[in-house]
Amino acid sequence: MEPVTMAKAINLSLRDALAGDEQVLVFGEDVGTLGGVFRITDGLQKTFGVDRVFDTPLAESTIIGIAVGLALRGFRPVPEIQFDGFVYSAFDQIVSHVAKYRNRSGISMPITIRIPFGGHIGAVEHHSESPEAYFTHTAGLKVVAPATPGDAYALLRSAIADPDPVIFFEPKARYYMKEEINPSLEVPIGSARVAREGSGATVIAYGPTVSLALDAASAAEKENISLEVIDLRSLSPLDMPTILASLQKTHRAVVVHEAPVFGGFGGEIAARISDDGFDLLEAPVARVGGMDAPYPPSRYEKLYLPDVDRILEAVDVALAYG
Amino acid sequence: MADVVQVVGTDDPVRPLFTAAGELKADARNGLGLDAAALRDLYQKMILIRRADQEALNLQRQGELGLWGQYLGQEAIHVGAVAALEANDWIFPSYREFGMAMCRGVDPAEMLTWFRGLSHGPWDPRKYAFAPLAVPVATQVPHAVGFAMGSRLRGSDDVVLGTFGDGATSKGDWHEAMNFAGVFKAPVILLCQNNHWAISVPLAKQTAGSIAERAPGYGFPGIRIDGNDVLGVFAAVRAAAERARRGDGPYLIEAMTYRMGAHTSSDDPTRYRLDSELQTWSAKDPIARYRSWLQGQGHLDDAAAAAIDRAAETMAEQMRSRLRAAVPAPAGEAIFDRVYERPPGPFIEEREEFEASLEGT
Ligand SMILES: Cc1ncc(C[n+]2csc(CCOP(=O)(O)OP(=O)(O)O)c2C)c(N)n1
Repeated sequence: MEPVTMAKAINLSLRDALAGDEQVLVFGEDVGTLGGVFRITDGLQKTFGVDRVFDTPLAESTIIGIAVGLALRGFRPVPEIQFDGFVYSAFDQIVSHVAKYRNRSGISMPITIRIPFGGHIGAVEHHSESPEAYFTHTAGLKVVAPATPGDAYALLRSAIADPDPVIFFEPKARYYMKEEINPSLEVPIGSARVAREGSGATVIAYGPTVSLALDAASAAEKENISLEVIDLRSLSPLDMPTILASLQKTHRAVVVHEAPVFGGFGGEIAARISDDGFDLLEAPVARVGGMDAPYPPSRYEKLYLPDVDRILEAVDVALAYG
Repeated sequence: MADVVQVVGTDDPVRPLFTAAGELKADARNGLGLDAAALRDLYQKMILIRRADQEALNLQRQGELGLWGQYLGQEAIHVGAVAALEANDWIFPSYREFGMAMCRGVDPAEMLTWFRGLSHGPWDPRKYAFAPLAVPVATQVPHAVGFAMGSRLRGSDDVVLGTFGDGATSKGDWHEAMNFAGVFKAPVILLCQNNHWAISVPLAKQTAGSIAERAPGYGFPGIRIDGNDVLGVFAAVRAAAERARRGDGPYLIEAMTYRMGAHTSSDDPTRYRLDSELQTWSAKDPIARYRSWLQGQGHLDDAAAAAIDRAAETMAEQMRSRLRAAVPAPAGEAIFDRVYERPPGPFIEEREEFEASLEGT
């Protein structure tokens, strides 16, 4: 197969899900005729019709609210939230209903909520957020974030097939990253992957920071530092066995995400490592992320977001420890 | 009451049934096609759900329930609306609709386990076409609309009833759902139980406008009716449902009523409202009104009324004894069951650890 972009891989995944299961519905703002502001749903309405791929009024809370009603009616809704910063309008429906409806009714909610997330696109306010920790904190949801076209294709298939609700975070800055994909490869929810093997320290990343971590590993190699990179793919559930297996080798961990460090998902990873792998550690788990400040105006985002240098500094501290 | 409003170019089979003041016209009342038994059944249901409401309040006062939210005074809406629907038309309630649930056949003792703190969802919604309670105000309205959109996609002719209070109409979810209902022509009846109060906030502070008149702004008709007339509610919901079944889209009914009790058992309405208001509405009590009408028609004699009262007492006794006998589920089940259909490994581990910790104690 020709190499495809992540945007195309997600489009193909939606296409295959729509073709494979008549209950799958795709809807949201501008997803129909336009094919989405990022063209992720390009051509889907043409193939599958206006009943299965449709534009909605501009109202995030009710986009998710109708997904609940449609799921109760037996559909498999795949709503899109146009940008990360607008999912807050739907927060109540996601937390109070999508996540808890099965608990109070016994009826499953096979809803996949797609959200482009993260920065590095030079956007105006509210278009570069990383809200994943709000959702990993919510029982009843599963939360995933692919980093490559192949994983985006496969994880989305798994998410849509899953009987439980899944928040599917798409690293929008990587939409145009290309690779060959193999649609027959399965990626189950809850499985991390070792993106690069190494022995000196483990860099744990997901979504947009995976390629950053890989860049950091290449740079470190020049200084004879060997970094292992783990791409979590799934935040909830979290694949601790893969993390601990890596720490058996490296004994040092650096977690990288774009979201602010305080209260961020990295804190959960660090705490889990200290619970389950304290004896493996030779340095405190380091966290590299966005600052505890609102996402800045775009000309400052490079300073705000984690970069190769900040990852390598954290690695140096970890290696020098003790 | 305000005049009813009509959307230009939209057919409105509900409006002709009512006077401008929202009262069911005499010929419409006589043309409902309900025989004496059916008319008596509406009365019996109102008596039963009122008795259940009273019993639940007693049980709360005796410490058997953590909370109770009375629907005293709103029985005509609960009974009339459910009677006007088919059994497979889904209902999306908020939290004050136990009367409606009973009319759908949900066991009142089982329902009360929600208020007893034993369950978030004591009934199977699919069995009764009755959704779980929705506590965050107005959040159930988008679900009702989504479900109705789904019915339309399926080509099915079932319709959906979404119900909510006057306070709910201030929420964004309500407006968003109204808008979706109009855009997608969803077969949904939006039924506002305007009981004049949202806890301590009176209608005049909730909105400066008319609730029913908002519907035309969303592209479909709405009407304000007397919500203390069970036949009026029945007629309006049935006509709106038939219209939706035909594919003509949503309808908003604002049923005017009054919350005769406190907001819940934790509330003290003497802090914010006058007794005189209560007295005015007592005179419009939906059950007393309907009883005298039935008697006037010769459909309810004293023996029949007494038999219904006895049935209500029997039901209340069973409610009491069955609720007291309700057995709590094992803690692990109550906390961890029904969270995921496909529970992730770490979740299963936490459950197992928790259950092991219980065995140790
Ligand atoms: C979103 C939300 N805000 C606040 C509350 C607390 N609360 C419960 S009921 C209620 C009043 C609701 O009034 P209304 O919609 O008129 O319904 P009623 O209780 O009169 O039946 C409030 C404020 C809530 N449950 N949900």
